Amino acid sequence: MQQNFRLNNIGLINRDKKISFKFNGKSYFGYEGDTLASALIANGVHLVGRSFKYHRPRGFFGAGIDESYAIVQLYRNNETDPNVRATEQELFEGLEAKSVNCWPSINFDIGAINNFLNKFIPAGFYYKTFMWPKSFWYKIYEPFIRKAAGFGVASIKHDKERYEHKYEYCDLLITGSGPSGLASAYAAAKNGARVILAEDKPRFGGSLLTSEVTIGNQSGIEWANSIITKLKQMPNVTVKNRAQVFGYYDHNMLVMSERINDHLPKSKKYSPKQRLWYIRAKEVVISSGSIERPLVFGNNDTPGVVLSSAAKEYLKVYGVLVGRNPLIFTNNDSAYETAIEFKKNGIWPIVLDTRSNPDSEIIDEAKRMGINIKFSYVVIAAKGYKKVKSAEIAKISEDKKELGQIENIKCDCICVSGFWTPTIHLASQSGNKTKFNKEIDAFIPSQSKQEETTVGSANGVFTLEETLKTSFAVGHELSKKITNNDNRLPVPQVVEKKSTHHDKFWCVPLPKGKKYKRFLDFQNDVAVTDIELALREGYRSIEHVKRYTTLGMATDQGKTSNLNGLQLVSSIENKIVPEIGHTTFRPPYTPVTIGAIVGREVGKHSKPTRKSPMHLWHEKNNAVFVDAGVWLRPRYYKQGNETLFEASKREAAHVRKNVGVCDVTTLGKIDIKGPDAAELLNRVYTNAWMKLPVGKARYGVMLREDGIVMDDGTTTRISENHYHMTTTTAQAANVLSHLEYYLQVVWPELKVNVVSTTEQWAGAAIAGPKSRNVLQKLFPDTNVSNEGLPFMGYVEASLFGIYARIFRISFSGELAYEVNVESDNGNFMWEKIMEIGKEFEIQPYGTEALSTLRIEMGHVAGSELDGRTIPYDNSLEGLVSKKKDFIGKRSLNRDAFVAKDRQKVVGVVPLDKKTNIPEGSHLVQDANAKLPNPKLGHISASCWSVEFNNPFSLAILHDGKNMIGKKLFALSPLKNKSIPVEIVSSHYVDPKGERVRS
Amino acid sequence: MLHIKCPYCGMRSQNEFAYGGDASVKRPELNKEISDSEWDNFVYLRKSLRGKHLEFWHHISGCRQWFKVQRDTATHEIFKTLKPNEDI
Repeated sequence: MQQNFRLNNIGLINRDKKISFKFNGKSYFGYEGDTLASALIANGVHLVGRSFKYHRPRGFFGAGIDESYAIVQLYRNNETDPNVRATEQELFEGLEAKSVNCWPSINFDIGAINNFLNKFIPAGFYYKTFMWPKSFWYKIYEPFIRKAAGFGVASIKHDKERYEHKYEYCDLLITGSGPSGLASAYAAAKNGARVILAEDKPRFGGSLLTSEVTIGNQSGIEWANSIITKLKQMPNVTVKNRAQVFGYYDHNMLVMSERINDHLPKSKKYSPKQRLWYIRAKEVVISSGSIERPLVFGNNDTPGVVLSSAAKEYLKVYGVLVGRNPLIFTNNDSAYETAIEFKKNGIWPIVLDTRSNPDSEIIDEAKRMGINIKFSYVVIAAKGYKKVKSAEIAKISEDKKELGQIENIKCDCICVSGFWTPTIHLASQSGNKTKFNKEIDAFIPSQSKQEETTVGSANGVFTLEETLKTSFAVGHELSKKITNNDNRLPVPQVVEKKSTHHDKFWCVPLPKGKKYKRFLDFQNDVAVTDIELALREGYRSIEHVKRYTTLGMATDQGKTSNLNGLQLVSSIENKIVPEIGHTTFRPPYTPVTIGAIVGREVGKHSKPTRKSPMHLWHEKNNAVFVDAGVWLRPRYYKQGNETLFEASKREAAHVRKNVGVCDVTTLGKIDIKGPDAAELLNRVYTNAWMKLPVGKARYGVMLREDGIVMDDGTTTRISENHYHMTTTTAQAANVLSHLEYYLQVVWPELKVNVVSTTEQWAGAAIAGPKSRNVLQKLFPDTNVSNEGLPFMGYVEASLFGIYARIFRISFSGELAYEVNVESDNGNFMWEKIMEIGKEFEIQPYGTEALSTLRIEMGHVAGSELDGRTIPYDNSLEGLVSKKKDFIGKRSLNRDAFVAKDRQKVVGVVPLDKKTNIPEGSHLVQDANAKLPNPKLGHISASCWSVEFNNPFSLAILHDGKNMIGKKLFALSPLKNKSIPVEIVSSHYVDPKGERVRS
Repeated sequence: MLHIKCPYCGMRSQNEFAYGGDASVKRPELNKEISDSEWDNFVYLRKSLRGKHLEFWHHISGCRQWFKVQRDTATHEIFKTLKPNEDI
């Protein structure tokens, strides 16, 4: 197929390599080095989308990240990405893309009716219209808005691509490889600094790729290439293309997204699709350049209206003509470069310059080339619906208020240039208070809050000579601060023709009787009339105007629209722009893939997984696992077709009547050593610890300073100055931090060291009436009789030659022991227990049976110690010492904590002895009371009591102490249940605690 | 992400640390009679300062030491970091 808009002898693309691709189902081809945008334009495709609100036809406006029109849905390697800018997406073989925001098709879009209804969709339309009636929101308004909104569809498939994160440090981070970035990078690198140079495009060089300048004895592009080649060879320099620094955070932390494989049909093996860099830079040089500003005139959103710099880039980089009959509309010199480039390639442009008599070398050159230039002329409106066909133009008076006779002029594109807007986003994000520069009608950085310096056109410097001079100097100075080297490079001579003079004119007045829409924000369809309306309605702050009209709120974040919006507000309000100020710039500067932000932390990598040393045994024996914090624990061991409910009942009943073994490795363990260890425990726990003998364990409760229970567990005195503390699985890390805080900050005089040993010990709880028989066989040389190892006793023993610790403690309420061995021996211990326990029919039990056992015993755990309860609430008041002080004690006499009707843990049994009570159910007096039904308490944990063969729950109940025997209702609106229940003691099984001592 | 100088380990990124609250608060001594309002001040009442703030940080993914940081709550500028027994 003929590419009607491609030239043969210009551009940086590789014409030897054709690449085929599809757009909206139709096949085209381009060349290696094309973007999707340049390839489409070469093929004469100018209609690529529909606008957000009015669904007006959309073409291409820019040639890079500032693109506000050409947003497509991309298909690559059986995946799809929304919100892809065609101007950034490089062409690869087999690329497929589709237009977004149009239905049923790009050429016939039903939503375009909004264009004719636009009188009814003014600024703030959503706020005004969708407010009432309220009931319409869910059924009518929201679905409509959802269907109408958005720039594409996110894939719902699991993303198989890999995204990496990388942390990096450097002396200088330089954002952008235009003349200012190259100069400062080169100067700093030659002075010994570690430099990272980031360029968001595939090609280095920025404006040098398209400008006609001479640096030293080279052309601009030759100079850029030679500098990049030198930088790449230096060991202290990292050069990255396709890398966008999008966020400037605290303490000079910047984040950059590198697109590594997006330009290929599929990602290379062992290579991530994108990489997110967290860069801590000593100094940042912002060389992000500037973006051409549009001029505002009627129908200035018609496909074919493009930025003049973009037209030049399409020509010089891709060899593509945005039109064969171009009209160029400018208020400054830079558009003449575009005009000259057209002319050189055999195209006759017409230039409309708003200025009456500008004088510069480049204009003289254009005149010499015979280019038709009309001074004091403006475009009033573009004509044509899906593509520019002609333009209405007119002479404009010196004061820019009066328009002359309207003339019609044939053209197929309008290249606009309204001067340049420095890209100050990163500087602003860093906290830099920007200032308005009247010379260039734009904001530039001023006072730095962090270590950053802006150079080149991002700093409002628009001549190459000045840019190179200051950038070389900045690179040298900043690197000298860091390296103390003083190697200063000479600044090359520059030849440049254009002047920086421009006309402070940006918006063409409407001729009488014409109602053309003049757009400011092309992506969100914000027109001049919308801003005027917002101001008439009383919006004054630019932040409010922005949100009311959505000016600058689209995915391009107003890169091309912000300043014109400000100019308009300032002219209506009769204020100068700096008084109005600009809206806040926030990261990201350009859209970033969610995948890149998440990185590798997806699926099972979203958090660490800890497994006990016995994990493989559990797996082999049909354990069904459950997440317990970061641990994987066996929930139950499935036999045959058992359900969770059946298995947990079987396992729990077996412990009650026989013997079971449970993996308790996950319990938090803290080793405490030092002469003041007992004193520390005495201050941390609510009960007394000074007299605990060696070889004994004690149960303890610790509080926060506000009196709320923080954690519980047993601590054992191993030797004179050595204790072994256990915590709950969930609180292990917090308890360690808590102890460290008091030892390091509050009581540094205590001679104690603490260290986590959670992962150093593997633990098995052997529980049940026959547990002593198992233990005796495991440790034949150790006296484990009731006298030799009484309840809460501790001995060290040899397990077939392996060092083991035996604690006679019980969570299940049965006669029970916990055996600890070093983690490496955990599996050996477990297999020995199973082997020797066989004779006693030992069975492993999981966390579900463990819960059942503790619930029917009334042992409180995490669901009762929920960060809202005090010792009394958990019936632990007996453990609160009256004699000594401890953390949180002073809080326990608060009025609410000593109230007579204070909440307390109770047992709950359904009257029918059959219905399971859902956890979280509310206990109420009257099931049918008017809502909100007064809540007396809540069900904290539920189980099937294997002892009594009926459901049993624990609850935290208001005035629980006096509620035993009362009948209430457990309500669970979620499960639509209302269950009559009786309140009983929380100690449902073995209330006297005889079994553990047997 | 802040860059914090641990007095024991040197400059490290914020993701190695946990914030630990106001460091100007001093826990009342044990076994000492104190009024309700003194205790309230200690447990609950904190100033939400704009500007210089002395606070605790805990190097949880590092040396596990608690230390003090003087930080501007508005700009995140860190002026000084100190060991727990040191004063500004």
